[in-house]
Amino acid sequence: MNQSNKILNNNITKLVNQPYKYGFSTIIEKDIIEKGLNETVIHLLSKKKNEPIFLLKFRLKAYKKWKEMSCPQWAQLKFEEIDYQDVIYYSAPKIKKKLNSLDEVDPELLETFNKLGISLTEQKRLTNVAVDAVFDSISIATTFKEELAEYGVIFSSISEAIHEYTKIIEKYLGTVVPIGDNYFSALNSAVFTDGSFCYIPKNVICPLDLSTYFRINDQKSGQFERTLIIAEENSEVSYLEGCTAPQYDNNQLHAAIVELIALNNARIKYSTVQNWYAGDQKGQGGVFNFVTKRGLCAGDSAKISWTQVETGSSITWKYPSCVLIGENAQGEFYSVALTNNYQQADTGTKMIHIGKNTRSRIVSKGISAGNSKNTYRGLVSVNKKAIGARNYSQCDSLLIGNMSNANTFPIISVQNSKTKIEHEASTSKIGEEQIFYFLQRGISIEKGIELMISGFCRQVFTELPLEFASEADRLLSLKLEGSVG
Amino acid sequence: MNIDLPILEIRNLRAYINNNEILKNLNLTINRGEVHAIMGPNGSGKSTFSKIIAGHPAYQVVAGDILFNGKSILELEPEKRSHLGIFLAFQYPIEIPGVSNEDFLRLAYNSKQKFYNKPEVDPIEFFSIIDQKLKLVNMSSIFLTRNVNEGFSGGEKKRNEILQMILLESELSILDETDSGLDIDALKVISTGINNFMDSNKAIILITHYQRLLDYIKPDFVHVMQNGKIIKTGTADLAKELETKGYEWLK
Repeated sequence: MNQSNKILNNNITKLVNQPYKYGFSTIIEKDIIEKGLNETVIHLLSKKKNEPIFLLKFRLKAYKKWKEMSCPQWAQLKFEEIDYQDVIYYSAPKIKKKLNSLDEVDPELLETFNKLGISLTEQKRLTNVAVDAVFDSISIATTFKEELAEYGVIFSSISEAIHEYTKIIEKYLGTVVPIGDNYFSALNSAVFTDGSFCYIPKNVICPLDLSTYFRINDQKSGQFERTLIIAEENSEVSYLEGCTAPQYDNNQLHAAIVELIALNNARIKYSTVQNWYAGDQKGQGGVFNFVTKRGLCAGDSAKISWTQVETGSSITWKYPSCVLIGENAQGEFYSVALTNNYQQADTGTKMIHIGKNTRSRIVSKGISAGNSKNTYRGLVSVNKKAIGARNYSQCDSLLIGNMSNANTFPIISVQNSKTKIEHEASTSKIGEEQIFYFLQRGISIEKGIELMISGFCRQVFTELPLEFASEADRLLSLKLEGSVG
Repeated sequence: MNIDLPILEIRNLRAYINNNEILKNLNLTINRGEVHAIMGPNGSGKSTFSKIIAGHPAYQVVAGDILFNGKSILELEPEKRSHLGIFLAFQYPIEIPGVSNEDFLRLAYNSKQKFYNKPEVDPIEFFSIIDQKLKLVNMSSIFLTRNVNEGFSGGEKKRNEILQMILLESELSILDETDSGLDIDALKVISTGINNFMDSNKAIILITHYQRLLDYIKPDFVHVMQNGKIIKTGTADLAKELETKGYEWLK
């Protein structure tokens, strides 16, 4: 490496080594099930949650499947084998009695969420967003529940929904992501502890954005949450998901499932800003994030749109997908994945065209810095009957420095001739000469990189809800460009 | 600022890149109000020289000094040198995808404003500032919405460089082969822009291969650089002589 590259890399190193803001942990009395996974643990877990019998059966069936499966090896990810017997599958803050209102939530927990910028207390709530806060294995609080109920919108933790809306859960759970879909979905189906449930009735446009905030606190515990969103005919909802975790030097496991169902002419917009702890500069610690997210456009003209900004996790394995069954159904995937240090991301989407005239759009932006590895993996599949299907894909990679790595694996499979597929891809690099150009014009390296990154991500950021767009911008600044204003 | 001091004084400058000595004991003094042309065969160190003055991190200065308005700038970061008034018009201006020319120019302008504790301007104010300057280099405002240098023709890139020089009101401007790749009309436009910009407080270094540019911008001195040092200095007539005789006779 010559001198100038060293200088460039030193500068970038300085910039990217911003401390992780959410690395604190909360000390709280916990109710846990001893680490390890077997049928007894599943029985115990189900009993603790007082679950109906169908769910226990669901879990045991999933556990059996999972035991027969093995961890997928096809991703561009390298990590030591996970010891599933060394993970805690249930860890919840101890609650002495059933909560009647938020005032009874442990102040320590409210404070934790305050520190994360999520206020659950009445006075300081975000005015236009309803929040479900999940801490390790369980949901702590859901805001605006009554207000939403007036519109017939159900927004609650999935544990609560299992008791109160057992029929709906039984009908839909595992229909979009079947138990045995993949190794991690089987694991999640066996041990999921909480998550969110949303139900938007016919002809209702959800008056608030719904949001779940996931926090892994416990050092040894895994987080296995499950989200189910159902949008009835002509309904519409925008859902936001945020995540953080404390800074530990061992790896925490996160394996979630999100299932979306959109009926005739329904619209679901699902946005994620993922900021799990990414590990330190040497690659020590951080969250292993294995997530199965899938949306089913079951009805005609239904539309599901995924937008994700992935900045954290030491490993990301995630492919939010759309199954387009209804005629004229639409699927969208907008993604920014940023990796730094020794982070590895293998992420992308699947668009499965089954109905006539279905349309999909993929815009993926990968940014790799440090020694990181960033892979886009996508599948566009058009079935025989999907006459008139259209897809547009754009995959752009941006490299910062000389040690980072970007890969793109787009797979296109078309089984009818009346289909239109467009694919564009590019790779660019923030190089020494571009930075020198900025510097020569008096623009600092931080500002220069900020400008280039935000230009690169613009197409995706404009898809984010307003509250998230500014957060995403801020987050990328924090992760890359330093806090210099 | 002491106006009696040379704007730029280079003393016994030696510089390396990747262990190759590329400037070998270079000396040069430039006063306010002067235009200097530097000519010389390919690989003689002209572009290197310009980047070293601007502070490119790839080059190591091992001996000598560069004084700007009497003070050494060797330890200064490139952006600080820019704020002080040193401008380099690049031979090959780089493309910056995803960043609009307007944002880039405004950020450059505001960075300098900030450095001098002057108020930064908002996009609307900035437009009225830049709109004036665009006319000086015969550029349309459509250039502002395009990404920096992306898809610009050779001539457009060069005009964009001169636009930035005018915008930043630089004291010392080094123009590295700004004339190469220009047709005669573009050359006239750019030369007029440069001549109107030049005054008794500023100085310009023109790095060029061709006498042609010097017909439009008249230099006070012409230097010949070869093998990392200046081997001959003369007036505008020297350039004409080089045009007919080449560089061989100087050896």
